[in-house]
Amino acid sequence: MVYLLCLIVFSIGIYGVLTQRNLIKIILSLAVAESAVNIFLVLLGYRTKGIAPIDDGTAANFAGAAVDPLPQAMVLTAIVIGLGVLALSMVIAIRLYHRYGTYDITKIRKLRG
Amino acid sequence: MLMNLIVVLLMFVAIGAVIAIWTRDLLSALIAIGVVGFTRTVVFVLLRAPDVAITQVVVEVLLLIILIRSAVRREVHTVEAGRNAPGMAVAAAFVVVMLVLGVIAIRELAPFGQPLEVRAGDAPSMTYIKEGKNQTGCGNIVTAVLLDYRGYDTLGEATVLFTAVVGAVVLLRRKSRKSADEAAAPEPAAEAGPAIDPDGDQNLRIEQEETE
Amino acid sequence: MKKLATEEREGMSLIVGTVTHWVCAFIVLFGLYIVAYGHLTPGGGFAGGVILACGFILLMLAFGRKRLAAILPLSRASALDCIGALAFWVLATAGILFGGGVFFRNFLPLGKRLRLWSAGIIPLCNVAIALKVCASLVLVLVALSVLRVKAGGTDEDFITDIEEK
Repeated sequence: MVYLLCLIVFSIGIYGVLTQRNLIKIILSLAVAESAVNIFLVLLGYRTKGIAPIDDGTAANFAGAAVDPLPQAMVLTAIVIGLGVLALSMVIAIRLYHRYGTYDITKIRKLRG
Repeated sequence: MLMNLIVVLLMFVAIGAVIAIWTRDLLSALIAIGVVGFTRTVVFVLLRAPDVAITQVVVEVLLLIILIRSAVRREVHTVEAGRNAPGMAVAAAFVVVMLVLGVIAIRELAPFGQPLEVRAGDAPSMTYIKEGKNQTGCGNIVTAVLLDYRGYDTLGEATVLFTAVVGAVVLLRRKSRKSADEAAAPEPAAEAGPAIDPDGDQNLRIEQEETE
Repeated sequence: MKKLATEEREGMSLIVGTVTHWVCAFIVLFGLYIVAYGHLTPGGGFAGGVILACGFILLMLAFGRKRLAAILPLSRASALDCIGALAFWVLATAGILFGGGVFFRNFLPLGKRLRLWSAGIIPLCNVAIALKVCASLVLVLVALSVLRVKAGGTDEDFITDIEEK
């Protein structure tokens, strides 16, 4: 089923966050996990043979045929917030690279004051 | 028919995710993330969500620009690999447990194609669809939900984006001893941040999420 | 010879520059359309704001940072960011004053259905959000591109000329 595939992609992302050593790869794994969650939310709101929730008066039975607009609004919010969080994470990664000269998290252990 | 199409596209997403995480070259990983993002756009269009698809495609383009600009430099292009066997075993066990619990939880969900509004007639989404145009005057029900029925969430999102951008700009400044000249434009921006949202605990929660 | 990792290139080749001359205005116009008709067709404040930011960033990528700073210097982008966020908050609080005591009340008249001037405060909210998102993203990308990095340096080696207008 489609839900199972979303769960598998989310698990791939979580596994990447847990085991990768490079900081950039950790950030990319986070992006992958967030993608899977957004697809899952929009999948929850789909109605069979539905139409888009844009009501311009031409649809005959709009209330009986529209897909669910609430998960779509939430996913819109989540996508833009994901952009902001990923941009901030990349900036933090850049600063760490200046400080330590590497992206490897096993070498970024000593917290210099 | 639609479900088969979405299954194929999700397999593309899974392959792209695997390539993005386990390849050595950083540029290939970023291109694979781009593939994941554009496949998401096609999935959103097929699921009758045009608003989300438009936002996703432009956000993906901008995200690729930011990632490539900040991550790909002339010196570091490849990634050091290392094996950490006990850590990987624990992580794999954790992921397997999560998958098993997830499969048990998925059985409780409704079959694909029957959202909450069909099964329970008085769900809020039915109110949004039926009364949306009359109560708000908006043709686009998703925008009506975002800005009228759920306006608080949009205010929170604007605050999060503002905080993230102010944090990014402040992090990229030189930390200098003479702080008098450094009090340029982003400083009033940092002042205006907590002044925007009336309930102050929203900012605290958001900043905690971003410092961890 | 130790080169700095990211040098500031003064733009790209002639083909990119010529195409950008033609396309940049269309991108900004398309972004404004998506913002203005956000309550009637798919789109809205967030998508339109990101499209507007992409238009300005195309200008910066094709012609260099100084060309963008002639139109939109950092101080102006930061000020527009704050103005957009404050405008959104003012619209929300005005619901308390004019709408009868409820936060975020849609207090302007609803107007005729499906016209451009309808749906209360929703188009104004779209414009405020688009302004905020566009200015924020341009600010982040300009801040990223003025960066000159040296790997492994301390904080004193970290140079940004972000104060230049």
